Amino acid sequence: MLSKEIRKHFPILDQEINGHPLVYLDSAATSQKPQQVIDALNDYYKFDNANVHRGVHTLGNRATDHYEGAREKVRKFINAKSTQEIIFMRGTTTALNTVAQSYGRANVGEGDEIVITHMEHHSNIIPWQQLAKEKGAVLKYVDLEDDGTILLDKVREAVTDRTKIVSIMYVSNVLGTMNPIKEITEIAHAHGAVMVVDGAQAAPHLKLDVQDLDCDFLAFSGHKMCGPTGIGVLYGKKELLNNMEPVEFGGEMIDFVGLYESTWKELPWKFEGGTPIIAGAIGLGAAIDFLEEIGLDQIERHEHQLAAIAMEKMSAIEGLTIYGPKDPGARAGIVTFNLGNVHPHDVATVLDMNGIAVRAGHHCAQPLMKRLECSATARASFYVYNTEEDVDRLVEGLRIAKEYFE
Amino acid sequence: MSTNNLDQLYRSVIMDHYKNPRNKGVLEENNVTIDMNNPTCGDVIHLTLKVEDGIVRDAKFEGEGCSISMASASMMTQIIKNKDIETATKYAHIFSDMMLGKEVDDSVDLGDIEALSGVAKFPARIKCATLAWKAMEKGVGEDSKE
Repeated sequence: MLSKEIRKHFPILDQEINGHPLVYLDSAATSQKPQQVIDALNDYYKFDNANVHRGVHTLGNRATDHYEGAREKVRKFINAKSTQEIIFMRGTTTALNTVAQSYGRANVGEGDEIVITHMEHHSNIIPWQQLAKEKGAVLKYVDLEDDGTILLDKVREAVTDRTKIVSIMYVSNVLGTMNPIKEITEIAHAHGAVMVVDGAQAAPHLKLDVQDLDCDFLAFSGHKMCGPTGIGVLYGKKELLNNMEPVEFGGEMIDFVGLYESTWKELPWKFEGGTPIIAGAIGLGAAIDFLEEIGLDQIERHEHQLAAIAMEKMSAIEGLTIYGPKDPGARAGIVTFNLGNVHPHDVATVLDMNGIAVRAGHHCAQPLMKRLECSATARASFYVYNTEEDVDRLVEGLRIAKEYFE
Repeated sequence: MSTNNLDQLYRSVIMDHYKNPRNKGVLEENNVTIDMNNPTCGDVIHLTLKVEDGIVRDAKFEGEGCSISMASASMMTQIIKNKDIETATKYAHIFSDMMLGKEVDDSVDLGDIEALSGVAKFPARIKCATLAWKAMEKGVGEDSKE
């Protein structure tokens, strides 16, 4: 387990909610921010704020250095070959939409296939639905096993020579399942398809290595990994990005502009139209520093351990159902559950009254809820700052909820 | 930990309607059917009404949702029965004001509904409480003044 000292880096956690010390178990929705990320944002605005890539003046140079420095941190964080492959965007949703609208529109035709799974987040479903409708392509879903995992054989059945894109989440935001992305990428490539990875729940929790995975695109968000909201990353292989058209046009992304024709800057800037998300990128860089100081391997182990403790203690509550893989080692620190017939909203309200923040609802995964045959669930998600005491508070809160409603 | 704060929200009348919902089911002889959902949380309601000569003769509901949404649906069907559309809509408006924490006309007898006034202090739960009322308003063809 990680040191409890880590908690002290997060000023927000030091408060009472409804008369109880806050236990924050909603990090899969958004994580809290350590002081050093808050300081990085503050310092940028206080000392270095200027637009990037255009100022001759000193502040402009400083802002550019910090912004491009953050790009290098991201490159190292996911082990990309070049910073040209790192594009700053608003978040995972924008990154996935960009792949669909740029790569997808140019490469998917009538009768071609796009393969996703039943566990995807809405942001990795709807961009492909829209693309499939526009192009007359076929959207195929790989079904799940009852324990919330994906069998590679079912991926092999779904992916054919007509498949142009396979897009799958690395870690499920509901089930916590860690999908075998490397093996799925091999299957996609064997059929000439590109592999898109929704890394929103993976980047905060485990070491990413895009060269080892060999995926073609990877999308993730800063705010789930201790960074600010409004910043995310699209990684793409250089040879693919070079052949793709930008989705947004305007300032910052152009080379020469004529009256009727224009040309684009080189990578990665051709995809960063307008004044970029400078403070956000710098904040993300600070978040990466923070996570790397702890170590992603340590973070992953910490979450497996908390998930294991939570699953064991929660299972002791009569009538409580936990969804997803039974093996805590096969899941990230996400435990989604239902407490008998007590509706998840009521569970979440009871917990909130006791200072515990969890998510309740469909978690932006309506097709998955349908597959699990429930309209809603409650979710506790753990991160670096959570402790075994937090699990105990959760279990105590659940017992109160059960007693109150039964 | 305590449950005192919870009692402000989950008053006994609400829990009674939740555990023993009135007018649960599907009205066979209905002429109005409304399906509505709350996309942020997945709550659903299937409301059937029998409206004759501008009067709601009968009402039943089925649905899936939390205690607040289901209790609210139960109370709603109870109070609009045998009321004319104008009165039913008026109740919906009063209910909406109540959820916004506004002063409500105390000349109107709200019956059990008054128990839901505590929901106004729980902003995340207001949409749970209003779902059935929105469905009813849509059903009787009156848009809320909201």
